[in-house]
Parts: sequence; structure tokens; C-alpha cells
Amino acid sequence: MTKVRVSMEVNQQMRDAQIEPRLLLVSFLREELGLTGTHVGCETTNCGACTVLLDGRGVKSCTVLALQAEGKKVTTIEGIGTAENLNPIQLAFWEKHGLQCGFCTPGMILASYELLEAEPDPDEKVIREALSGNLCRCTGYVNIIKSVKYAAKLRKKGMRGMRKGAA
Amino acid sequence: MNPKSFEYHAPKSVAEASSLAEEYGMDAKFLAGGQSLIPLMKLRLLSPSHLIDLGRIPGLSYIRDEGNHLAIGAMERIAEIARSDLVRKQCPILSQCAHQIADPLVRNMGTIGGNLSHADPTNDMPAVMVAAGASIVAASGQGSRVIPAGDFFVDTFTTALKGTEILVEVKMPIGPTRRGAYLKLERQAGDFGIVGVAAVLEMSSDGRCVAAGIALTGVGPTVVKATRAGEILKGVELDKNTIDRASRAAAEEAQPSGDLRGSAEYKRAMVEVMTSRTIQAAARRQAER
Ligand SMILES: Cc1cc2nc3c(=O)[nH]c(=O)nc-3n(C[C@H](O)[C@H](O)[C@H](O)COP(=O)(O)OP(=O)(O)OC[C@H]3O[C@@H](n4cnc5c(N)ncnc54)[C@H](O)[C@@H]3O)c2cc1C
Ligand code: FES
Ligand code: FES
Repeated sequence: MTKVRVSMEVNQQMRDAQIEPRLLLVSFLREELGLTGTHVGCETTNCGACTVLLDGRGVKSCTVLALQAEGKKVTTIEGIGTAENLNPIQLAFWEKHGLQCGFCTPGMILASYELLEAEPDPDEKVIREALSGNLCRCTGYVNIIKSVKYAAKLRKKGMRGMRKGAA
Repeated sequence: MNPKSFEYHAPKSVAEASSLAEEYGMDAKFLAGGQSLIPLMKLRLLSPSHLIDLGRIPGLSYIRDEGNHLAIGAMERIAEIARSDLVRKQCPILSQCAHQIADPLVRNMGTIGGNLSHADPTNDMPAVMVAAGASIVAASGQGSRVIPAGDFFVDTFTTALKGTEILVEVKMPIGPTRRGAYLKLERQAGDFGIVGVAAVLEMSSDGRCVAAGIALTGVGPTVVKATRAGEILKGVELDKNTIDRASRAAAEEAQPSGDLRGSAEYKRAMVEVMTSRTIQAAARRQAER
């Protein structure tokens, strides 16, 4: 099959490549660009581990063609914070134990990111609804909800953080 | 899990998309949000050799108030419909339906045009369109035509669209005398429903129901219009006895089959319960504008 050119902005950097049209966005990010922070869980559009932001909206990147992101802005977990400069949502998940194995966490954090951009001070109902496309098999969600609420506070204060031992 | 290889086309106009569909015939599929199509392609249940992406055609995403109806572009995302203040105020049934489809991530990609064209009997939008008597605009290179929603859904995964036709717009009737609701019974958040019911009532100023449309999700080969249920509500006051009779009629008109989500008997019983709740929810609504 003939390859085609795709270009998009990933974490504020222009990226392009020759790809097979059937390449999924998640494979483009992980395999072409080496951004393995985006996880692959179910591969069947159910779990949300592969969530990335496409023009600011959370999508399941295992169910989007790379070509559907042509000319758009993609944000992955690597794009919102680093070990030296954690995003407040990352900091909040860490402090409130919003993760155990961490597999769902990049997706949870990006879905929370979209939510907090739209609603800086969400209540529990709104948080649960916003995360209803993201499954977690470890935490039972309680600490995830706490983390998002705490993230909302940290964002208001403009607080970011540093991972222990980083830098 | 990857789809089989295909050739990708990104037409810039409806006419161009239509002529590509004509050229490749049965080997081609239109791609909208991909939230139904891509999962099927990954499972290799469908393997079109040509994919015609409607996503780069300008001017297919909008929600406009046109007085007696809302005009919604086919590529409008379900999430935008769920978020829209205009839809919530003018057409709460559509807002309510959009909120209950899949999860926020799927809704960010999935489109109204795809939800209708896919014609899965468990897709939620079709029942709302049929109950409201909406119109669907189909276009090809040769011009466009308007298809009443009641004639649009032919069978499972089959609509009245010709292979070269693209769904371009939905016209959703609105007005001060209309009350609508869509309720859905689901096993878990974000799942397809077990049963869904759409009810749209046309109310007179003295509180009588002058016309009613009832349509059912998930209990037939395609959306089921509960015609008798609608007729029972017509011209009368919506007391408990009337609502009970209409709900029983809807349950009789349903054509459920048993599957993972429940037995046929169970689904029929749930149609009765959900129809009653939906009619009451619609009746309780304030005027839609
Ligand atoms: C996990 C999950 C849960 C879901 N839950 C629900 C649910 O609860 N309720 C529900 O209703 N749906 C549900 N869906 C389906 C979802 O709503 C789909 O997005 C929608 O049905 C299809 O919209 P799309 O834009 O993604 O269409 P696509 O997947 O791109 O296309 C679907 C079909 O329609 C055709 N098509 C698309 N647009 C047009 C057009 N404009 N003209 C002509 N043909 C067209 C395509 O060729 C294809 O055959 C769910 C999906 C997933 C993955
Ligand atoms: S891997 Fe994409 S939704 Fe599970
Ligand atoms: S922390 Fe393990 S799946 Fe969520």
C-alpha cells in the first residue's frame, strides 16, 4: 500500500512522517515518535489508557487514524509536564495516591486536563462523568476523584512540582 | 490490532466525496469520526479498500437556529451537541440524548451524521429523530434531497442513503409547544443501552397532548416507531391511566431479541417501564423555548 505524508503538531513540535494510511494515532505516537507515555490497554475503545488531546479534546488514540490528526494539535502526557516540572494534575495524583500500577494514569490525567480547562472547579459528579471513558482496575476511583479535586486547587495557586530525586 | 490496508482519500467537497464513492462503489466507506467504523475495521469485520474521509470537507459542522427547526451539520461532534447551550435551551431532548451516548472521549470524535448513518439499532440518535419527526438531508454530486427520519432507517446498518449520497444535515423540529425526553437504561456508564425511549409531545395551551411521537432504541432490527403508543396519547390529558396504556402498547410494538444485555422478555418489560418514565419526563418539561 502506498505511504502518505502526515503532519501534525505534537506537544508543540511539528512532526511529519510517511505512513501507511491505516496507522492508528496511538501507533504513530508510540512507534514513530517514541512517545510511549500514551498507553495501549484494551485496543477496543473501552479503557481510555490511550487518551490524548486532539485540539484540546480528549480522544481514544487507539480509535483515531493518524491521518485524522492531520494539521491538528496533539498533546500527550509527555507534553504537559516533566519530572523536573510536574503538571499540577500529575502532582495531585502523586500526592493523593491517585494511582497504583499507573497504567491508566496518563489517560486519567489527560481527561482531567480537558475537564479542568473547561471547568476549573468541578464537583464530584462532574469529575465522575468526565472520567467515565477511563477505566482503572486498581484504585477503585476514590483517590482519583480526590486527586482531580486537589489538582483544581493546585492549578488555582499556579503550583507545579518536582519529582523527588529528579533533576 | 490494525485495520487492513486501504487507500485514503480526503475530498474537499461533498461533490468530490460523492464521485469518489461512485468510482469505488462497494469497496469504499465514508469516514466521519470513526468511532463505529474504526473498531469494526480493527476487528476486520469490515475491510474497505478505500476510505473517504469526510473530515476535511469544510462547512459540515454547525448548529443553527432556523426558527422552526435546528439545523445541525453532519460532522458536528456529539460532544459539541451535548455542550451546546442553544441545543439545551431549544431542543433539550437532543441535548439529553447526546449526554447519554458512549463516554466523553468517544463523543469528542463521534458525529451526529455517523451516529445516524451507522444505523445500529442500539445507536441512540435515531429514536430521537424518529420521535421528533426530524428530516435528514442527503447530498451527492447531483444535488440534495430531504428524507423524513421515519423513512431513513431501513434495517440493521441500512439506511435510505444511496451509496453515493452523504448525510449532510439534520433538521430537528423545535417550537414552544413541544416537550421531549430521551431516557436510556444501561448496564454501565458509557455502554450502549439495554433499552432507550424517545418521547416528543405536542401540547396545547390547556395541557392536552395533541400529537405524540414515541420511538424505541435497542429493541428491533432498527429503531422502532411505537405508532400505537403515540396514538393513545393523542388528544387526551396525560393521566396515569393513559400513560400506562401507551407504555403497554409500546412494549407490544417492540421487537426485542435476547442478547448479552438481557432476554427478549426482560427488554419488553423494560420498554414498558422506560416508556412511562420518558412520557412523564417529557410532560414535566417546560416549553422548549
Ligand atoms: C465504547 C463505545 C461506546 C459507544 N456507545 C454508544 C452509545 O451508547 N450510543 C450510541 O448511539 N452510540 C455509541 N457508540 C457509537 C458512537 O456513537 C459512534 O461515534 C457513532 O455511532 C458513529 O459516529 P462517527 O462519526 O464516529 O461515524 P463513523 O464511525 O465514522 O461512521 C459510521 C458509519 O456511518 C457512515 N457515515 C458516517 N458519516 C456519514 C455521512 N455523513 N454520510 C453518510 N455515511 C456516513 C460511515 O461510512 C460508517 O459506515 C459507541 C462507540 C464506542 C466506541
Ligand atoms: S487502548 Fe484505546 S481505549 Fe483502551
Ligand atoms: S492505577 Fe492501575 S489501572 Fe489505574
